[in-house]
Amino acid sequence: MNDAPVMEVRQATKSFPGVRALNDVSIEIRPHEVLGLIGENGAGKSTLLKILCGLQRLDSGSLLLRGSEVAFQGVADANRGGVAMVFQEQSLLENITVAENVLLGNEHPSLRFGLYRWRDMNRRAQKYLDLVSGSLRAATPTSRLSFAKRQMVEVAKALASGSRGHNEPVVLLDEPTSVLEHSEIETLFCVIRELRTRASVVFVSHRMEEVLEICDRVYVMRDGGVVGECRPSEVTTDQLFSMMVGQDLSAGYYDESHQRPARPQPRLELRNLTGENFHDVSFTIARGEVVSLMGVQDSGREDVARAVFGAVPTKSGSITLDGRRFVPRSPAHAVRAGIGYVPSERKVDGSVIAMDVCENLTLAHPRRVGRGPFTDPGRERRTVQRWIDELRVRTPSPYTPLRSLSGGNQQKVVLAKWLLDPDLRVLLLDTPTRGLDVGAKADVYALIRRLAAQGLAVLLLADTLDEGIAMSHRVLTMKDGRLTAEFSSDVDARPQRADVLERMV
Amino acid sequence: MNVRLEPARAHDRRTPGRTGHAVSRPVRSVLGSHTVPTPALSVLALICLVMLFVNPAFLSPGNAGAVAEQSAVPAVLAVGLTFVILMGGIDLSLEGIMAAASMSTALLVANDHSGMNLGLWAIAVGCAVGAVLGLVAGTTVALLRVPSFIVTIGTWQIGLGIAQLLFGETPPRVTDESFRGLADSKAAGLPGIVWIALLVVALGLVLQHYTRFGRYAYVIGGSEETALLSGVPVRRYRAASFVLAGATAGLAAVMATARSGVGNVGIATGLLFTTIAGVVIGGTFLTGGRGGVLHSLVGVIVMVAIGNAMVLAGISSYVQQAVQGVIVVAAASITLWRARERMRVIK
Repeated sequence: MNDAPVMEVRQATKSFPGVRALNDVSIEIRPHEVLGLIGENGAGKSTLLKILCGLQRLDSGSLLLRGSEVAFQGVADANRGGVAMVFQEQSLLENITVAENVLLGNEHPSLRFGLYRWRDMNRRAQKYLDLVSGSLRAATPTSRLSFAKRQMVEVAKALASGSRGHNEPVVLLDEPTSVLEHSEIETLFCVIRELRTRASVVFVSHRMEEVLEICDRVYVMRDGGVVGECRPSEVTTDQLFSMMVGQDLSAGYYDESHQRPARPQPRLELRNLTGENFHDVSFTIARGEVVSLMGVQDSGREDVARAVFGAVPTKSGSITLDGRRFVPRSPAHAVRAGIGYVPSERKVDGSVIAMDVCENLTLAHPRRVGRGPFTDPGRERRTVQRWIDELRVRTPSPYTPLRSLSGGNQQKVVLAKWLLDPDLRVLLLDTPTRGLDVGAKADVYALIRRLAAQGLAVLLLADTLDEGIAMSHRVLTMKDGRLTAEFSSDVDARPQRADVLERMV
Repeated sequence: MNVRLEPARAHDRRTPGRTGHAVSRPVRSVLGSHTVPTPALSVLALICLVMLFVNPAFLSPGNAGAVAEQSAVPAVLAVGLTFVILMGGIDLSLEGIMAAASMSTALLVANDHSGMNLGLWAIAVGCAVGAVLGLVAGTTVALLRVPSFIVTIGTWQIGLGIAQLLFGETPPRVTDESFRGLADSKAAGLPGIVWIALLVVALGLVLQHYTRFGRYAYVIGGSEETALLSGVPVRRYRAASFVLAGATAGLAAVMATARSGVGNVGIATGLLFTTIAGVVIGGTFLTGGRGGVLHSLVGVIVMVAIGNAMVLAGISSYVQQAVQGVIVVAAASITLWRARERMRVIK
């Protein structure tokens, strides 16, 4: 096999106003390899990918494709060169068919006299779909597909757009696992391994385990530069981690030393709660207790949390809050009862991204900073500043739009929104650390510990198995809308991952 | 390949639920899909059912023909408007464009005002007037990136202004018999304008299903960002949608002028309401990306049928307008019922 690199970046530099995103970066992508790019958020991975796929151009340095220098004019141009990207946010349109998504921007071979020949479209799309999975049909409306299947279609789409030239494509995967559940990630990995036989793959992630599992070779990035290159077989997680953060792993990522025993009084009690996607769910969370509810996508765990928050209706069963019957009629009602909810879609459901830090903080409890129906600016400023300091939110000012903050700091603001309420009793956290980098995650974990110690009942829908086990007092597993098991989880007696996993799938 | 995948399931919350258990699977999947305007058809059926008891004359062939004739003009308007709305835009200029096109057409066929007599070529000019006004709106929206809402309010007034200029002192009366024949002469029991409307709808469906313009309308309405990332020339298609809407408005004006026999500034008064309400009731989302020509056609027929039914039901003309408004709100609630979700954002 020819080992000359398919694609190469040499001494690349890229600056944005105020930030040097890439600094003298050189990498090689070799044929038929899965190349890993790992680093914390802000390390420059995304910028590098955007340059590879033609979304952005280099300030200095060069980009080589199959030995010759190129300057892509845009994504379509990169596609013609055989480079295609699977974007982090799913980019499939659900109002058109799978075939149209796969061949978007690439329909012309199936047109005759300006009219679509649907049979030909579907046949061409099916060819790529069959490469990634045996069970996708080109003519299906995309809205009918599950999240995981859509990810497969994304890969097929990248293959299709990268195959316009005559060369083997380079497929860039930008954090493809961040929206997938455990079993789906396994499926994706099968696809990537298959993909390797006909393409080069660049796999970007900030999850070390995944990169170690799937990649042949890994570049570690930090602060806009490449700080190391390694082969997963020759490196341990700890080594990789210290390269990523540039320091040794300080003990207590999950802040386990601050886990305090739960108090005896039950705070939130669910009894035989049944809704559209879950059945007969009963459990109790005591004051000061963190309970993690584990389950795969569509296990119904999300809806349980949303039901307690009044965002989805229940059919039967009851909820008790501090010993009193509570029937959540709407989110507003739940908020008044002292329930806070941090949704998984931070940018969509959790915050108003265009509003500033201050407005987002006071959104749910305007009365905390007001005088009668009016806002008291002085009081607002003091309150907001206090929370910014307390949670160490890194923001230039309380009036900076939330959009300009990093993911971790956005999430702190979303959390603080609920902490503003002195009567907060229950906090429902739906994957609160998804998409955050390692440092920000540790901050969020410490915050959860502190809140629990103050007597709050926390229901955590953890992003990963490790997080769910390490953060909680008890682990509940859910499958197909029903609770399947309960494990107690003490600091020195955590349940085994395999046992928990077994009850989820 | 050894890849394990879970069975297909409706993941997205916006996906409609199942429509019933007794219905067989293929029928269910067609009715439950977004390709057939099932809810709007049910509203139409409901109107027919109610009228069966109130005044069965509603269902007579003669009255059905009248509904068809009244629907012809708004249906043509709705075809063009559908593509604008599919892309997430809106065109409010229809009444102004129709006014300008109606006056120009009336003055260009044989009439009692000007000495012109272009005959049926005036139809093309009418469409062209609309297309040019649409082009003005389209390029402003696409190139200067001004929201279509405000731009088309502007072109609406421009159209009205042009029409006023052309109007002079008395309305031009069309004397060209072949032009008037578009509305008067019948084929297979239906007047010419109904056939024109059917042709436009058929062309619209071809455009929607089989051309890049139509398919990209869904793409752009679904996510403009994705469209741009895939190399779709979004601005060009967006501008084109306004040109098409303008051209159909011009044609609608020609049809309305042939029907009334005079060029008239106020020829389209009230049609904006009928058309937009019809498009929405049909199930085309104002946010873009969902719906289609067939949806809009059914929606427009619902709107016309409501008006017609109220006359036949003997509802006082003083309250008709308000009742129509109430029915529109109710009908929109019914047709958008399955899109309803507690946490869905409505603007």
